[in-house]
Amino acid sequence: MSLAKRIIPCLDVDNGRVVKGVNFINIRDAGDPVEIAKRYDREGADEITFLDITASSDNRATMVHVVEQVANSVFIPLTVGGGIRTLEDISRMLNAGADKVGINTAAVFTPEFVCEAALRFGSQCIVVAIDAKKVSQPHEPERWEIFTHGGRKPTGLDAILWAQKMVDLGAGEILLTSMDRDGTREGFDLPLTRAISDAVSVPVIASGGVGNLDHLVKGVTEGKADAVLAASIFHFGDYSIQQAKQCMADNNIVVRL
Amino acid sequence: MPSVAVIDYGMGNLHSISKALQYAEPEVNVFLTSDADTILAADRVVFPGVGGIRDCIQALEKLQLTEVINDAVKNKPFLGICLGMQALLSNSEENEGIDCLNIIPGQVRCFSKDIIDSQGYKLKIPHMGWNEVTQEQNNHPLWQNIPQHSRFYFVHSYYVKPDDSQFSTATTCYPEPFSCALKHNNIFAVQFHPEKSQSVGIQLLQNFLHWDGTN
Repeated sequence: MSLAKRIIPCLDVDNGRVVKGVNFINIRDAGDPVEIAKRYDREGADEITFLDITASSDNRATMVHVVEQVANSVFIPLTVGGGIRTLEDISRMLNAGADKVGINTAAVFTPEFVCEAALRFGSQCIVVAIDAKKVSQPHEPERWEIFTHGGRKPTGLDAILWAQKMVDLGAGEILLTSMDRDGTREGFDLPLTRAISDAVSVPVIASGGVGNLDHLVKGVTEGKADAVLAASIFHFGDYSIQQAKQCMADNNIVVRL
Repeated sequence: MPSVAVIDYGMGNLHSISKALQYAEPEVNVFLTSDADTILAADRVVFPGVGGIRDCIQALEKLQLTEVINDAVKNKPFLGICLGMQALLSNSEENEGIDCLNIIPGQVRCFSKDIIDSQGYKLKIPHMGWNEVTQEQNNHPLWQNIPQHSRFYFVHSYYVKPDDSQFSTATTCYPEPFSCALKHNNIFAVQFHPEKSQSVGIQLLQNFLHWDGTN
């Protein structure tokens, strides 16, 4: 047997409450993050990711409190992303009980931040979140670029080269989100996932677009992802984590059952 | 009340290990500390850590904890976790070669890069996630009530190779087998994170908190 592929439920948290947007616009309330995290832990989640989408920095302390409360009784790896811009932000989250932090926008504007963070806290806790969108035309070889601001602003950065650069700077893991697929329930962008996973030496988490369990399976078998992340299919009770794991196992993927 | 000191030398998420110990055994005093007297007075000691080995050894020296650890490993149940396990060996390949505490003779080595497993997946470094732990047939008290081949959570790029295989009490494959748990008198050390390994991890911590340090 070997290392298990991971299933990671993601909780988008705004002001201490879990939400999930469709293409980041319409948001539905799915509850209390601490209760949901406990439920996922019981169901066998391999890790839990919290994405802080709180707009104002005044409310960031709320997220620290959420992480602390979850970490008091949930003993699996916890990742926190969203609004991580300084070494101080990272330190606060790790001290609250997070194991890893996701750096997104700050990496795009100041790539050296990834390096500083990895040197200070170790690569194992630095996850670089990459939001990519396809920019090639149908007749061209596929190409993806990094976008910021919820997928609205292009940066001109090639996604594969960017991922490699982030790993060179010290990223210990890549959280890859397809902005074309996020919230659509049409499945991962598999060629994108495969391209990034083949291009880097560190684990890649596929994200964006999961609508059914087959999508999770394909993320691993075709996308070559080391872990798969999903939010709404778990939040709204379409599927449990156990069902997701069973489905992966039925497809000969090694999982922790 | 029995006490356990978690050595705080500024390397990693110590909130989780303290909370997990407390959760495993509510009737124990958990001290998160870098104070020599507190560590030496505690009934048990946990030596955690994540990050680089050079920073680890330097931090221990700066806080004058090297001697404290050398003392603690002599006479009370002692649990090394992740970097806290690697630091117990003789030396490490990390950071161009670093001398470690030399409490358990052996080396810390880097995983080979660009290895493909039997299913055609590239093995990523760090070795990150839930992997199977095969307990050696020696019935160490810390494996009590933990099923054989349970999965524990790992995150590391280096692994330990003790000089004598009698120090090894469990192995994991990535893709080759390596020692993921060591035992030496009253010392137990693990490469994985029991504080992040859900119920089996909590069980191991509970076993440690009830362990008298004998095999």
